[in-house]
Amino acid sequence: MNGKSFFVDLSRCTACRGCQVSCKQWKKLPAEKTVNTGSHQNPADLSFVTLKVVRFQERVDKGKVRWFFMPDQCRHCVEAPCKMASGVEGSILHDEKTGAVVYTDLTAQEDFEIIRGACPYDIPRQDPVTKRISKCDMCNDRVTAGMLPACVKTCPTGAMNFGDRDAMLAMAQNRLAEVKKKWPKAQLVNPDDVRVIFLAVEDPAFYAKNLLAQAPETRRFASRRDLLVQLLRPVKSMTSV
Amino acid sequence: MTNHWIDFQNSDCILIMGSNAAENHPICWKWVTKAQEKGALVIHVDPRFTRTSAKSDMHFMLRSGSDIAVLGGLINYIVNNDLIFKDYVLNYTNASFLVTDKFAFQDGLFAGYDGQKRSYDKAAWAFELDANGVPKKDPSLKDPRCVYQLLKKHYSRYDLKKVAEISGMPKEDLVKFYKAYAATGKPDKAGTILYAMGWTQHTVGVQNIRAMSMIQLLLGNIGVAGGGVNALRGESNVQGSTDQGLLFHILPGYLPTPASSLPSLAVYNEKNTPVSKDPKSANWWQNRPKYMASFLKSMWENAELEQAYSWMPKLDPGGSGAYSWLALFDKMSKGQFKGFFAWGMNPACSGANANKTRQAMANLDWMVNVNVFENETGWFWQGPGMDPKTIKTEVFFLPCAVSLEKEGSISNSGRWMQWRYPGPKPYAETRPDGDIIALLFKEIQALYKKEKGALPEPILTATWNKTNKHGEFDAHATAKLVNGTFLKDVKIGDKVYKKGEQVPSFASLQADGSTTSGNWIYCGSYTDKNKAALRDLKQTPEQAAIGLFPNWSWAWPVNRRIIYNRASCDPTGKPWNPAKAVVAWNAAEKKWVGDVPDGGWAPEEKYPFIMTKEGFGQIYGPGLNDGPFPEYYEPLECPVASHPFSRQLHNPTAIAFEGEDKAVCDPRYPFVCSTYRVTEHWQTGVLTRWLPWLIEAEPQMFCELSPELAKLRGIGNGDKVIVSSLRGQLWAVAIVTPRLKPFKVQGQTLHQVGIPWHYGWIHPKDGGDAANLLSPSVGDPNTGIPETKAFMVNVRKA
Repeated sequence: MNGKSFFVDLSRCTACRGCQVSCKQWKKLPAEKTVNTGSHQNPADLSFVTLKVVRFQERVDKGKVRWFFMPDQCRHCVEAPCKMASGVEGSILHDEKTGAVVYTDLTAQEDFEIIRGACPYDIPRQDPVTKRISKCDMCNDRVTAGMLPACVKTCPTGAMNFGDRDAMLAMAQNRLAEVKKKWPKAQLVNPDDVRVIFLAVEDPAFYAKNLLAQAPETRRFASRRDLLVQLLRPVKSMTSV
Repeated sequence: MTNHWIDFQNSDCILIMGSNAAENHPICWKWVTKAQEKGALVIHVDPRFTRTSAKSDMHFMLRSGSDIAVLGGLINYIVNNDLIFKDYVLNYTNASFLVTDKFAFQDGLFAGYDGQKRSYDKAAWAFELDANGVPKKDPSLKDPRCVYQLLKKHYSRYDLKKVAEISGMPKEDLVKFYKAYAATGKPDKAGTILYAMGWTQHTVGVQNIRAMSMIQLLLGNIGVAGGGVNALRGESNVQGSTDQGLLFHILPGYLPTPASSLPSLAVYNEKNTPVSKDPKSANWWQNRPKYMASFLKSMWENAELEQAYSWMPKLDPGGSGAYSWLALFDKMSKGQFKGFFAWGMNPACSGANANKTRQAMANLDWMVNVNVFENETGWFWQGPGMDPKTIKTEVFFLPCAVSLEKEGSISNSGRWMQWRYPGPKPYAETRPDGDIIALLFKEIQALYKKEKGALPEPILTATWNKTNKHGEFDAHATAKLVNGTFLKDVKIGDKVYKKGEQVPSFASLQADGSTTSGNWIYCGSYTDKNKAALRDLKQTPEQAAIGLFPNWSWAWPVNRRIIYNRASCDPTGKPWNPAKAVVAWNAAEKKWVGDVPDGGWAPEEKYPFIMTKEGFGQIYGPGLNDGPFPEYYEPLECPVASHPFSRQLHNPTAIAFEGEDKAVCDPRYPFVCSTYRVTEHWQTGVLTRWLPWLIEAEPQMFCELSPELAKLRGIGNGDKVIVSSLRGQLWAVAIVTPRLKPFKVQGQTLHQVGIPWHYGWIHPKDGGDAANLLSPSVGDPNTGIPETKAFMVNVRKA
């Protein structure tokens, strides 16, 4: 068995935010006090109590308006750079059965900037009070009990899918072949590196700056140790095409 | 809906106009996506670029309120290019009917207009009848008095140039749109329309939908899988509440409300029961006396029918102008009544011209407010600009249980009656609405017994014990009463139904008082079993081919999933599109297979449009208050002084109140404003503003505007702005976005802005206030629905 994976078909995402809300519901996470910042995206970013946020990005191409939506979350990297960067035994676990990357209370002892800096997708966030670091844990409790992650369960359009990794990879390839007929630039995003495989119909940068894995020099908090992590990281293609 | 949600997947072309389906009906997008992935074209026509536009194949922008220009242009395009589905139009619509020469149309007015009464005498719109009393027809469609020729003439005025000039939708977009949609006029193609409040909330709301219904008839898209005219209802059970007669002009099952001009049941029946002399017309409403009698018996089981009718409240003349929502609050503002139940509603935010509504409430002696949370209505006396010391209104707030805590049925847009079991027990001392009504009625009865009072009999003898037990509402007993029961042994055909037995379907309801049925269209839903609770995926291969699940819940009428489905076949009963057959006539066995047909008669025995008097789909519709053909009129507040179709600027029959000014080409209010919803909130936000995860996602009142307008007014993205109209003002956060664009209308650049209607001052404190503070109290002449989709405002930086 090759663990679990998500397949997120962005051609089907309508940004209804059912996933964003169901994540908070299952995790019993509080709402943040937000304001409208001139965008429908809210909260404006991930936080230690917002593990999943739908990102909205508008652009105008040759006079044509386009609107891109992307439910952002931890990608559960096949070989997680955050775990490699960890300096505390037992703070970041990699569930062998599902492949979920899970943060424990011991993350409070980590150097947060190193952990966040190690993430190619800029996902981890820290609780300013407890110093614990948090992110999506693949609803590992639900998954090990045979249930779908809360976000997948609630998705009305078939954008969010979850299952055995091989099945998800096959589904991703099939959908890619189908979607390419309409959107020739469609691509799977870092499918070999991550367990949350996005299908983007256009350049991933159109959705969010962190949809595609970011090179270390462009990332926040790049440190010596962070660089080291990058060097240790297996070299893999950034996209499937 | 003529069809249902799952059926969207069968469509070849999904037109979404007057709706933001992907945002406001998120689940429906599953079926839209399925259709799209099978090759269907999804077209969105809307003043804004929304999440729906983002997912559609084509998006076209029109100025809010100009829909009839664009749809009239589509009719003109279809007719001029001979793209109608001719066999369908000839056999199933009234295109060939002749209209008498009393009918005329001149400069924006139809024949029969009375300027003083601001209404029409519809007698001027009648069909010409032959010696037998049947409408005369010209199957060649060439007679200048036939509906088709009248239609052609009427819409020949809607040429591309004029439509583009007034709607702001460029000519090339119009042609692209028309060409794509008109392609569904082929026998094996189905086009569907998904609309919502973007069409209804106009002073021409009903005519917007009429125009599209006519297009669907011309293209043969009604009765077929993936076709139809589909209203996406704005609330999970609004279909159910309409079915159950929540509005002033209808009783349950769309029976007209008794009127003071109809003093007896006999006269009521005579007035409201259509008579057709054509033996091939099923004229289903000829059964109305049975349904009315059964309804009256459900109210007063032991009373004679005439007696029961005499007890029914009756409308005085005036229609929607006297009784609809707007009229109600106008009368309240004039102190014409003293007590008010605001039950599960939040009119302080939800009704047009909210300042008028809020001030009107101060004229009441008392208000009973039943709701889940604190709301702007029950607490109006504490609201902005109110001085509690000067307000006499006594408010009783009764906290009630939420929907998930209660058992009962909801009816969705696809007419499915779905049973829901109760979830958690109601919180603390909150009570289900049904219990509150039961307790209230018991107390009223006790007072009538004690103090007598005027006309006590209807109160004291009402069939009340069937809806509740020991003061607790009983959903099953009520559903059984809605279905109906035999009050004595009745023989129908060879079968004898025993007294006390549930009536199996409305075909068995009687006009003589021997049956009850609280709502005839729901007859058959709760017989020996509660069919709304069915959750069985069993289906025939024919049903599987179109995703029809007849054993999953129950749909009115008689579990028919696609209405007018006999029109999906040619006159011999063979499906126009065999690959997506809804029904088909099996000649050997002499029966229909597939969906429940619109009557089991052989194909040639009856016409398929059984709910119309003549049996034909109405391209010409002589029943509405504002004309047999939809005609272009500007919203009552508009940015233009004239339009290219006539000198009649506005709908001459629209509802408006004296002394209330409108902004027409008013330089103080230069921008068109539309109100709308977001996924995250429900109605006025009376529930969702209190749900932390939803208010987190959409926390504050916003105003969407184009970068061009933002530049003009010096507004930056995220700035606080003041939006104002003749009636009030509010603050909002500016969302400056290329998803809104200025329109070119009559050579001028016109700006449009949009605001959501989910906010209110009570919670959250930094959330803003109601969009309806700005909207005018003007409405559609048929329904009274307010024009909250197009009115004039100003926007400036706060």
